[in-house]
Amino acid sequence: MTETTYLEAIRQGIWEEMERDDRVFLIGEDIGALGGPFRVTEGMQARFGAERVIDTPISEQAIVGAAAGAAHMGLRPVCEMQFIDFIACAYDMLTNYVATARYRAGLRTPLVVRGPSGGYVRGGPFHSQNPEAAFLHTPGLKIVCPATARDAKGLIKAAIRDEDPVLFFEHKYLYRRVKEELGDGEEILTPIGQARIARGGTDLTIVTWSAMVWKALEAAERLAVEDGLSVEVLDLRSLLPLDEAAIVASVRKTSRVLVAHEDTRTGGVAGEIIARINELAFEWLDAPARRVAAHDVPLPYAPTLEDFVLPQTDDLVAACRWLATY
Amino acid sequence: MTSPQRVTPPPAGLTGVQLLDLYYWMRLTRSLEERLVSLHRQGKVVGGLFRSLGQEGDSVGSAYALDPGDILSPLIRNLGSMLVKGATPLEVLRQYMAKAASPTAGRELNIHFNDLERGFLGQVSPLGAMVPVMAGIALYFKMTRQPRVGLVYVGDGAMSTGAFHEGINFAAVQRLPLVVVCENNGYAYSTPARLQTAAERLVDKAPGYGIAGVRADGNDVVATYEVTREAVRRAREGGGVTLVELMTYRRKGHAEHDDQRYVPPGEIEAWEGNDPIDRHLARLRTEGWATEPDIAGVDARVRRELDAALAQCLDEPFPDASTALAGVYADPPAAPVEWYRRAAG
Ligand SMILES: Cc1ncc(C[n+]2csc(CCOP(=O)(O)OP(=O)(O)O)c2C)c(N)n1
Repeated sequence: MTETTYLEAIRQGIWEEMERDDRVFLIGEDIGALGGPFRVTEGMQARFGAERVIDTPISEQAIVGAAAGAAHMGLRPVCEMQFIDFIACAYDMLTNYVATARYRAGLRTPLVVRGPSGGYVRGGPFHSQNPEAAFLHTPGLKIVCPATARDAKGLIKAAIRDEDPVLFFEHKYLYRRVKEELGDGEEILTPIGQARIARGGTDLTIVTWSAMVWKALEAAERLAVEDGLSVEVLDLRSLLPLDEAAIVASVRKTSRVLVAHEDTRTGGVAGEIIARINELAFEWLDAPARRVAAHDVPLPYAPTLEDFVLPQTDDLVAACRWLATY
Repeated sequence: MTSPQRVTPPPAGLTGVQLLDLYYWMRLTRSLEERLVSLHRQGKVVGGLFRSLGQEGDSVGSAYALDPGDILSPLIRNLGSMLVKGATPLEVLRQYMAKAASPTAGRELNIHFNDLERGFLGQVSPLGAMVPVMAGIALYFKMTRQPRVGLVYVGDGAMSTGAFHEGINFAAVQRLPLVVVCENNGYAYSTPARLQTAAERLVDKAPGYGIAGVRADGNDVVATYEVTREAVRRAREGGGVTLVELMTYRRKGHAEHDDQRYVPPGEIEAWEGNDPIDRHLARLRTEGWATEPDIAGVDARVRRELDAALAQCLDEPFPDASTALAGVYADPPAAPVEWYRRAAG
């Protein structure tokens, strides 16, 4: 069997849903003949036609707004942001219109907004962002951030089938670096809102998601070898809704927890997670819950600067050691 | 010295020196990009590389129409405009290579840098954003009654953004001294202009905003200069905004990695015969506005300047990691070092 990359897994997931349900259509910039800058939608316009794979003007508000209207009428749009940084241009549509539609107006708006996010690629301030925190504060949206090829496929399919709007943040650093065997003919669906134990452990938990899962696994391995520590890595997969039960279960088991994310610290998602741990599992903690996040600056371009600003495996190791000896 | 056969009076109020100058800026732009291509192949350019091959005429001609004190904001393919406004090849090379000594100290890429004194405000990536910002600069000129002009570039793609619409509309309502130059190069990444707008011509949008609109051959550097000069004059005299559509063609991919699979066969080749530099050179020669030694002199000067710039910066270091946290705010002067770095010692 051949291995499927994270990128190919997303492509397969979309493809399968397009085959399965003719209400599903794609809308975005350069997704047709080009297949998108990273080729996630490669071949789709040729297969499904220009009516179901729509190349739009450079108009993120129109992409999301039109998707919302079509979704109200029963279609299932999948929007591509060419780089997720430009989701900011559709922020008003997503937060004021889409997220509130069901609650305030009883409107169903099953749509997906997906796109390449994340750093470690020398993309500079506008091609490296992780916008999950900006949307976590918006009831009505769901947010998923896959780390593995299996979940990339399973979550894009689940997102497309979901009755509510889902933001699907795929990590461009993982596109071609992460691959695994995905069973032939197996229907992969990852439930939204369920975390996954990426590595079991008993001494300490790292709660994380997306590309940081891989750094956490590296750190866990090093700590096992060098320190004899048993580190559990919890891959959240979904941020909204958040799998509180999985977080609490892991914290009860290990009593020490680190929350790690690639986005900047202040106002970041780790703050919310640690608040929940404090509310739900305080008595089980043997050390303060701590977070590793990027430094509070826009992400710079030069390799030396980017490497400094973003959390690295060494940082996770240092933070875990601090927690383990607290 | 070869003396010209005949000399036609220079067009558009330009002198012979200025006509040669236009050649210099176009040649400098193209040669600088060629140097960047080889640096990119050697892995010295940290991020992507964006070319303006075949579009040097519209960048240079339009920027040349500005006076000192005027301010422009480029898009990704307006390297030539930046150079005309005083950005140096050394700065551009350093930016692409993320050098510590680059104008943004390695924080930002390519031509995303500014010097308001020299008269350029670098763009951000989100397209269209610079239109309202440049409207604000023009608003300042108007409020302080200074006879200065702002010029902002958009592509056929960037014109589809909400920010473009809000910015140009605001500038129009306020009758601001702003020139909006649309570089219509046929494509936005892979998307042809006909999928950006149902209007037959982008300039047809001007009447909808209640502003002047004019279209010119962007591969004719003199024609570009002439129409932009007129728009700049109108802006300076209180006549408000002009939309200038310059017709050109993007002969290279969106960036160096783009294989242009979406371009119909033969199209690029057809435009190779409509090269702005070749066309200007041919006119310089046939109209007798420049001699062969003049032209060779420009070529040698460009080579010399680029050699010197490259020699100066090639081996310079990246910025030191310790500089990463400064300058998010005026106060506090730096973001804190995260606890896990201090824990690591
Ligand atoms: C708001 C926004 N959406 C998407 C992009 C991604 N993007 C970068 S350049 C580009 C095409 C730009 O086309 P155009 O404005 O015509 O300029 P050209 O590249 O042709 O010079 C796109 C879609 C972006 N930078 N900003």
